[in-house]
Amino acid sequence: MPDEPLIHARGLVKRFGEFTAVDGIDVDVHRGEAFGFLGPNGAGKSSTMRMIGCVSPPTGGMLRILGLDPVRDGPQIRGRLGVCPQQDSLDPELTVTENITVYARYFGIPRRVARERAAELLEFVQLDERANDKVEPLSGGMKRRLTIARALVNEPELVLLDEPTTGLDPQARHLVWERLFRLRQRGVTLVLTTHYMDEAEQLCDRLVVMDRGKIVAEGSPRELIERHSTREVLELRFGEDALEIYTGKLAGIGERVEVLPDRILVYATDGDAAAKAVHDRQLSPSSVLVRRSSLEDVFLHLTGRTLVED
Amino acid sequence: MTATQVIAPGWTASPSPLPVFEHRLAGYRRIWRGSVFSTFLLPVLFLLGMGISVGAFVNRAGELGVPYLDYIAPGLLASTALQVAIGETTWPVMSAFSWIRTYHAMRASPLRPKDLVGGETLFVSLRVGMSAVGFLIVMILFGTVHSWWGVAALPVALVVGAAVAGPVLAFAATIKSDNMFALLYRFAVIPMTLFAGVFFPVAEMPLVARWIAYASPLWHGVELCRAATLGWPPLLPVAAHVAYLAVWAIVGYLLACSRFAKKLTD
Ligand SMILES: Nc1ncnc2c1ncn2[C@@H]1O[C@H](COP(=O)(O)OP(=O)(O)OP(=O)(O)O)[C@@H](O)[C@H]1O
Ligand SMILES: [Mg+2]
Repeated sequence: MPDEPLIHARGLVKRFGEFTAVDGIDVDVHRGEAFGFLGPNGAGKSSTMRMIGCVSPPTGGMLRILGLDPVRDGPQIRGRLGVCPQQDSLDPELTVTENITVYARYFGIPRRVARERAAELLEFVQLDERANDKVEPLSGGMKRRLTIARALVNEPELVLLDEPTTGLDPQARHLVWERLFRLRQRGVTLVLTTHYMDEAEQLCDRLVVMDRGKIVAEGSPRELIERHSTREVLELRFGEDALEIYTGKLAGIGERVEVLPDRILVYATDGDAAAKAVHDRQLSPSSVLVRRSSLEDVFLHLTGRTLVED
Repeated sequence: MTATQVIAPGWTASPSPLPVFEHRLAGYRRIWRGSVFSTFLLPVLFLLGMGISVGAFVNRAGELGVPYLDYIAPGLLASTALQVAIGETTWPVMSAFSWIRTYHAMRASPLRPKDLVGGETLFVSLRVGMSAVGFLIVMILFGTVHSWWGVAALPVALVVGAAVAGPVLAFAATIKSDNMFALLYRFAVIPMTLFAGVFFPVAEMPLVARWIAYASPLWHGVELCRAATLGWPPLLPVAAHVAYLAVWAIVGYLLACSRFAKKLTD
């Protein structure tokens, strides 16, 4: 079958003892797609990725990767995957180049080919100037890019990236995004997890929103926003603590009001009109901001919680 | 899509222990100079310290049949093989699981747990082999090797290395904290080194202690090494000593494979 999905999961379950980390999810990822798992800490993103990466057998449900069975054909499937794990696994004792060539050997790639690829890949992730340096002193962003380069050494059909930019500063993150964007353009199938909604919006053609082991929504970033949020959001801050009293005072403005600990969100098609309505009711917020809806709002609406707990 | 179509593009090598061995070698290349130096320095210190100075006090009546230095040198060779094998399979293995996470990187490739165990065992053999060659050269320079059979001490050292590498790999993959390695040293390595016939004949000990020594892999290595360098017949037939060590190696290897698989699958 030519358009068999690269990842095909039905009712996929992962339990650790009594605890259910992944609770019956259905996922299809097709060739050439950039697919995301968006969800907060503990949603089950890594557990799902590890099952897809054939290092953690599913507890229940069905899972096919590249048309094969991950339990029976693990080594064969892993030979065609590229994995950038959430936790760093570079060897700090080796040089940047050696980290790639040694890894290439795991895949049975001949030494000469490994050296050529290492040079190309280091150029691709803009680390060619550090090729002969040890890994230990590299910055977090550089290590991440090296891990991505390493994951590409076997020319994988499917690249799994578990939180590729978590812990990086904005500039380092943009560098990673740009490289991933290039990969996507080359037609490499990407599957990534993130708890940054801007990352999901930037990189994913399609994504699922995960919460407590379940998929709570699925679609393109745009579809999700259209389906689960309004076009615009009015953010109001009042210089006081008890924001609940405003629920009543704001009733009828916009389509929906969310009260967060530090601010109130008014969901409306026209944010400016909503702001004017607030003003007309003699309420005087200390700050007023109109912005477009984002996946953060989708998540908040679906789960009642914010994505990044801070 | 059928299973035959899905071989990775460009190469078809099946997973093997070799890449794991190569990774360890790449790390070792950074420290080999210091390591080779101590390979020669340690036996010199051992032989001077233990053999010559202690030897002046014991064995005055010649009850061992050979100078004390010549008696303990092959024992020290066997115990060095044990020490090196244990050194390479404790903290470095813990690190590859939990700190540097090398094994998790390997796990994302076609490599299987048995390739990891096999690669580590190969590397242990290399390190034990290097140390044994160094030790034997020093022994020859000290005039403690009485027979051409002495070269047989090298394969014996490799077998001793393999006999302890497997079980210790399994142990390292089982424990939760590296504090447990201190127990391994306290209750296995040090007692073996002291009481498994390296420094004095096991026959001098009470019966129970003697049987514990017989059960330890080191005693068999010591017997074989001593037989080789002194040209003595060993207590048991050579094949029996080797077979006993081989059982340790094979059972240890299988145990390590299953512990590695468990640790790397959740
Ligand atoms: N090996 C394990 N044993 C026991 N529980 C586990 C194991 N791995 C994960 N869990 C639990 O499963 C749940 C989901 O974990 P998972 O790592 O999949 O979440 P995540 O979405 O990747 O979170 P994060 O954003 O923090 O990486 C968590 O509650 C976690 O404690
Ligand atoms: Mg995670």
